[in-house]
Amino acid sequence: MDAILLQILNGIDKGSAYALIALGLTLIFGTLGVVNFTHGALFMIGAFVAVTVGKVLDISKITIDPSRVDFLGNPAKIRTPYVTEWFGDFGLWLIEWSVLVSVVVAIPVMILIGIIMERGLIRHFYSRPHADQILVTFGLAIVLQNIIKAIFGANPIPQSAPDLLQGSVDFGVWVGMAENAVVYPLWRLVYFVFSMVLIGGVFAFLRFTTFGMVVRAGMADRETVGLLGINIDRRFTIMFGVAAAVAGLAGVMYTPISPPNYPMGMDFLVLSFVVVVVGGMGSLPGAVLAGFLLGIIESFASMPLIKDSIAAIGLPSIDQIIIYLVAVIVLLVRPRGLMGKAGMMEE
Amino acid sequence: MSKLILNRRGLLKTGAAVGAGMAMPTILTAASDGGYTNAPTGSTVTLGFNVPQSGPYADEGADELRAYLLAVKHLNGEGDGGMMNTFSSKELKGNGILGRKVEYVTGDTQTKSDAARASAQSMIQKDGAVMITGGSSSGVAIAVQGLCQEAGIIFMAGLTHSNDTTGKDKKANGFRHFFNGYMSAAALAPVLADRYGTDRKAYHLTADYTWGWTQQASMAAATEAKGWETVANVLTPLTTTDFSSYIAPVINSGADVLVLNHYGGNMINSLTSAVQFGLKDKMVNNKNFEIIVPLYSRLMAKGAGENVKGIFGSTNWHWSLQDEGSKAFVQSFGQEYGFPPSQAAHTVYCQTLLYADACERAGTHNPCGVGEALEGFKFSGLGNGDVEYRAEDHQCFKDVLVVKGKENPTSEFDLLEVVEVTPRAQVEYDPENEFFAGGSLGTCNPGA
Repeated sequence: MDAILLQILNGIDKGSAYALIALGLTLIFGTLGVVNFTHGALFMIGAFVAVTVGKVLDISKITIDPSRVDFLGNPAKIRTPYVTEWFGDFGLWLIEWSVLVSVVVAIPVMILIGIIMERGLIRHFYSRPHADQILVTFGLAIVLQNIIKAIFGANPIPQSAPDLLQGSVDFGVWVGMAENAVVYPLWRLVYFVFSMVLIGGVFAFLRFTTFGMVVRAGMADRETVGLLGINIDRRFTIMFGVAAAVAGLAGVMYTPISPPNYPMGMDFLVLSFVVVVVGGMGSLPGAVLAGFLLGIIESFASMPLIKDSIAAIGLPSIDQIIIYLVAVIVLLVRPRGLMGKAGMMEE
Repeated sequence: MSKLILNRRGLLKTGAAVGAGMAMPTILTAASDGGYTNAPTGSTVTLGFNVPQSGPYADEGADELRAYLLAVKHLNGEGDGGMMNTFSSKELKGNGILGRKVEYVTGDTQTKSDAARASAQSMIQKDGAVMITGGSSSGVAIAVQGLCQEAGIIFMAGLTHSNDTTGKDKKANGFRHFFNGYMSAAALAPVLADRYGTDRKAYHLTADYTWGWTQQASMAAATEAKGWETVANVLTPLTTTDFSSYIAPVINSGADVLVLNHYGGNMINSLTSAVQFGLKDKMVNNKNFEIIVPLYSRLMAKGAGENVKGIFGSTNWHWSLQDEGSKAFVQSFGQEYGFPPSQAAHTVYCQTLLYADACERAGTHNPCGVGEALEGFKFSGLGNGDVEYRAEDHQCFKDVLVVKGKENPTSEFDLLEVVEVTPRAQVEYDPENEFFAGGSLGTCNPGA
């Protein structure tokens, strides 16, 4: 039972990232009709906003300490971050909580990047076939990856969670199980809660604000909204920025879980597309539901018990392809996806 | 109907074109004077550095490239000479190789066998590389070693740790300075039994390719010989980045040791997950839960941050060694780049010098001559004490370092402490040992 609960936790944790990326993809597809293969790169750029903030906070004054030597036998250089020099304990707090500082920084940065991307490149492809959109956005993703590689190198750069949120918690006790039955990393739970708040925030924004209502109306019938004198294009551009921010924030918060490196977005992108298709193209709740569902299924497929059972009947390991298998089955049985509109992809 | 008009100019042009066409295979496969592939004819000689510049081992690849460039500098008489000054063989004079200035080309293996073969092929055919060297994945090394054997090129393996590289997949044109999975296990098992006892249950997570398989098999055999039980071995794809779903089942498996047969980015991510799940702080079977990383490197330790503290592993070389060779290399590399070299950098630097030295002793770049000069070659002064390139399998035999993540590092580079220098005799094995059996060196191929 505890092993199953652990894999469910793992699944919803992974699913949180899938859901956040898929949510952004669906927003862009639903508003602008663009299949955006750059979305994984936006997740990665978000992670590197956190890396940049960490590096900026770590810019240090260097002094020479003649009493110590470095690895070459020269007097050691002692680094003191300027923020601690200038702000004392508050500077130390900023360094320790740099991931959360990055969340604040990432919101305007990612919205800006999203808007520049949409206005500068993607809008020129609205009237082009989906294949063209995929090619150009995929190309842009590769360019962005290589820019990050050129600036930060190819190596993963570890980021720490704040001390208070490091370590693990006895999750089993919280749900009435024995002590130490289900111990789970605290930051992963924080990530799940964060993603739920973010998803809830996006849904609330779309549902309860005038801006959101106009956007939803535009998603349903763009032409009519335009005829009412509303500049729907501008709102959709802003939604592109919002979708970029959602992906970016998912990336920022993921950095203490997995040290960021330049290809990390691509790992999530393909899976997130599968999530969108399984959830139903254009369906926001479908993207979220499928994200969590596929995360959990993928997690269970990695269990030794499952792997051994599959090996026993002579089949190879399926943990890397289970998501695609599920996608094939869903598309065969219900082509519009779990929560897609009737008729979508069913012609 | 067109009429064929043949004048003198046309005849000359056609003749030259046909002649060049007929000579092409010879240009690509064998130089006329040397009788071997890409025999240098001018004042320069080209070496091919084939390293991962992307993928999970990119970190090691970048450091390898730095070391290659430093070795080229030293061979051409620039810089302080590094380990050329401490190398027991005194053939290298800083005037290139056999009087020819050393030039180089680089390729990105992407940590993929097909990409590595393609870039090696390009370096051989287009750039005229007379030797290919690099790593850092055993799958890649074995693939490129096979290609070099077919092409008639010497392959000086970089960071490759699978038993198979000099075991069932060994080739006459291939040489490995780096140690292997068997040697890691032979060095580590006694230390682990001493520190953690002989009644242990081990759970292995293993990278699903040749290196992981042979590393796991060696570790399981060596620890089981000390009384440990292997409760599970789960294979993980090389492309895995989130290991949480592989780590979670460890907790309820009854195991009290987790062996991470992972390297590079894989190891950083799996160890980070294991620590995040609280494994290091767990008590199982009334014992502290322990994590082991059989193949360690400082670069990985840096990537994994605080998580490496107290974790045992093995390494081919470490910058803190105090022999003259190591000190000279650290000084030279440190002055050039501002930080100490990794074991990947060390092994490829050694390989480049060893190749150059063998050419000088053989008086040729011919792979058969170079191979003969390397086989059974005994040397010292390159940072690992007394070393021998065994003729039977082209594997270097030397002492192995057992290391541990340092609890209280004094600098950003001071991440590993050397716990034991395991003597060569303890890690040496018969060429027909079960972990290495099944292959044959074959004969050297000069490519002509």
